[in-house]
Amino acid sequence: MDATGIGLWGVPLAILGGAIRVSTPFIFVSLGEAITERSGRINLGLEGTLVFGAMAAYAVAVMTGSPWLGLIAAAFAGLCFGLFHGWICKFRGVNDIAIGIAQMLFGSGLAFFFGKPFIQPSAPDLPAIPLGAWSNIPQVQAALDVNVLFLIGATLAVFLWWAFRNTRAGLILRVVGDSSDAARAMGLNPDTVRLIATGIGGALAGIGGAYLSLYYPGSWTEGISSGQGLMAVALVIFARWNPLGCFAAALLFGGAGALGPALQSVGVTQGYYLFYAAPYILTLIIMIATSSPSRSLAGAPGELSITK
Amino acid sequence: MSATTNSKAVGVETIGMTMRFGAFTALDDVSVKVPASSFHALLGENGAGKSTLVKCMMGFYHPTSGDILVDGREVAIGSPRDASALGLGMVYQHFTLVPSLTGAENLVISREKVPGIIDWRSERGELAVFMERMPFKLPLDVKVAELAAGEKQKLEIVKQLYLGRSFLVLDEPTSVLTPGEAQEVLGLVRAMTRAGGLTVLMISHKFHEVTAFADDVSVLRKGKLTGSGRVTDLDHKAMAAMMIGDQPIAALDSRAEPKLDAEIVLKVKALKAPDRTGLKSIRIEDLGVRSGEIVGIAGISGNGQKEFLEVLAGQRPRDTGEVMVRGTAYAATRAEARALNVRLILEEPLKNACAPKMTVAENISFRTFDIDGNGKPVNWISAGAIRAFSARLVEQFKVKTASLSSPIASLSGGNVQRAVLARELTGEVDLLIVSNPCFGLDFSAVAEIRARIMKARNAGAAVLLMSEDLDELLELSDRIFVMSDGALVYETPIAQASVQTIGEHMAGHH
Repeated sequence: MDATGIGLWGVPLAILGGAIRVSTPFIFVSLGEAITERSGRINLGLEGTLVFGAMAAYAVAVMTGSPWLGLIAAAFAGLCFGLFHGWICKFRGVNDIAIGIAQMLFGSGLAFFFGKPFIQPSAPDLPAIPLGAWSNIPQVQAALDVNVLFLIGATLAVFLWWAFRNTRAGLILRVVGDSSDAARAMGLNPDTVRLIATGIGGALAGIGGAYLSLYYPGSWTEGISSGQGLMAVALVIFARWNPLGCFAAALLFGGAGALGPALQSVGVTQGYYLFYAAPYILTLIIMIATSSPSRSLAGAPGELSITK
Repeated sequence: MSATTNSKAVGVETIGMTMRFGAFTALDDVSVKVPASSFHALLGENGAGKSTLVKCMMGFYHPTSGDILVDGREVAIGSPRDASALGLGMVYQHFTLVPSLTGAENLVISREKVPGIIDWRSERGELAVFMERMPFKLPLDVKVAELAAGEKQKLEIVKQLYLGRSFLVLDEPTSVLTPGEAQEVLGLVRAMTRAGGLTVLMISHKFHEVTAFADDVSVLRKGKLTGSGRVTDLDHKAMAAMMIGDQPIAALDSRAEPKLDAEIVLKVKALKAPDRTGLKSIRIEDLGVRSGEIVGIAGISGNGQKEFLEVLAGQRPRDTGEVMVRGTAYAATRAEARALNVRLILEEPLKNACAPKMTVAENISFRTFDIDGNGKPVNWISAGAIRAFSARLVEQFKVKTASLSSPIASLSGGNVQRAVLARELTGEVDLLIVSNPCFGLDFSAVAEIRARIMKARNAGAAVLLMSEDLDELLELSDRIFVMSDGALVYETPIAQASVQTIGEHMAGHH
């Protein structure tokens, strides 16, 4: 069979491959945001965390030669960003959304500042598992070249879904997210729980950033994220704060993001760039479709400032 | 499972409890004895020190002086944790259950020791065994948000028992329940105290509940114990005297004879509007309120009566239907309200009827600041006129405020409502829409507000009164409607009204 001649079949295949490749950062950021929002806070700063994580991972990988050390560095940087957000939001009169926006700009700016020397050198990639090796069609192989982080993300989604209802930590998180008063009556300190939840959320967003710079697209540039951290926040609302929903929604967004390049690759030369806007349009449509002027969202954590 | 339920009830006694916050004495030498397995009622107005007393017992406050005895032994209760270790628990007036968790999840997570990973199979088994011993039957696999108020209240009590508490403080436990639910819950709790497994201290302001269920009663006023004794030895009048002392209470105007052929001021036809959740709608087929009568709307909160009044007040859009005031279509605009003399007294006045940070004077003149004496719009607003107008009303309605330029949020609840009454009841009133006017107010404010509403009725206003307090409706209304599941399901003239029948219709089965 002619390896390049699979024709229009290339589009769904490229979308599938793209969904797997592009969705991974969405998965991590949205799972992290799901944890944070379930605790009753919203962290819009994950966009900045994502960019800084990408830079930190790339820089450490360049300097040490190990992508895994880069990944750990990104997670640690994300943890610090998250803890900072969680700490500052416990003060009276501090608005989590405003702090998030400040952190988004701060994280990106800091990443650009420290990242300048790393735009040129190349870092080792995170390993991928060639699940498509059974096929001799290059497109199939390319589509099914699955990064370990995708598999970890998928496992994490299932784990979180289970943990939200079957572990003490999961129940405590939901209690705090739904009612600060109830949490206090139980002797829990909501600020502490939210601090930890925001910290973990930040660490996961950092890992999402590491994937961007160390696997796909696989280099550090200043335009690396293009708003994925923000879209992930929208995605959590779309997924109704359910980790499995986050995973599915991330795949959907990833697939939408792959639409443009896929059409381009099969020779569509007119208007394909419109499809590059697909994820953004999807975000808008979802936000409009799932909102209502007269009621708050079903399943929303009661303490969340945007749904109160 | 750490919970035990067959532990014996404990008795609690306070001796010479005094609690000062700075110069303010919230509790002054209060000694109350609640023997084991008794049902004790604690009566008092808002601010009388009831919550301060129980918060001292529960370890939230540390009393300035005084001792607590549990089962006759002196104990130090430094924190709520100490209190629960002694078997003391509290059911709060507002629910402390987590709405998005199921009953079972709520029970398990509230335990002192929860395993890192919860084995739901065995937990469910143990809960089932535990629930066997409970007098309440409750669905534990449903999200708490979906439970009715009565079920939530039962679950709160069950939670305390599950946690092994054998002395319970119930803070106005029936304020959100229907009369039927209240009877049931208190009856079952009463039975448990009789059986010897539980001691109860109930904060209340409903005399009939105290008489029906409690063994003993203690009454607080302004931080002092003003009386206590066996319930059987005291009548309502004696209890009221202990509660409010000798301050004058405004008496209701005697009810002017209703005229059956009086003009129908408010007419609602085939009204449909979405409710709070957006999932259901409220439907009012036909409702008319005549001049000179009070029409009461009863219902358990959440059955659409709040939404109905919000539509009338212009706070909520309607889908279809018409609202007519004296034959004119009414869409709750400022101009229409002014032309047709429609006035509103809404619940939580600070939230619904005031701009909290604006001054008392400004809030009182909301209806009149932009018109002159002849009802013509003015271009320049006169601060002097606003002050003069509101000074007169503050005087007339006895609003207690530090000054006319204090923000209205700094006033007590009763005085905020008085200020709103002053604004709404001044001038001609043809239609008065009232919703839970006395919620959370103290005795004398309540009496005064009810008297003002009755006065407006006698002066010829048509009054639509929605209240969750059935006693209030029975006291004021000429006719009572019951609203259930978004519709008016029952109507009775006051002469034939029975709490029993109304309660059944409120609960939705008849």
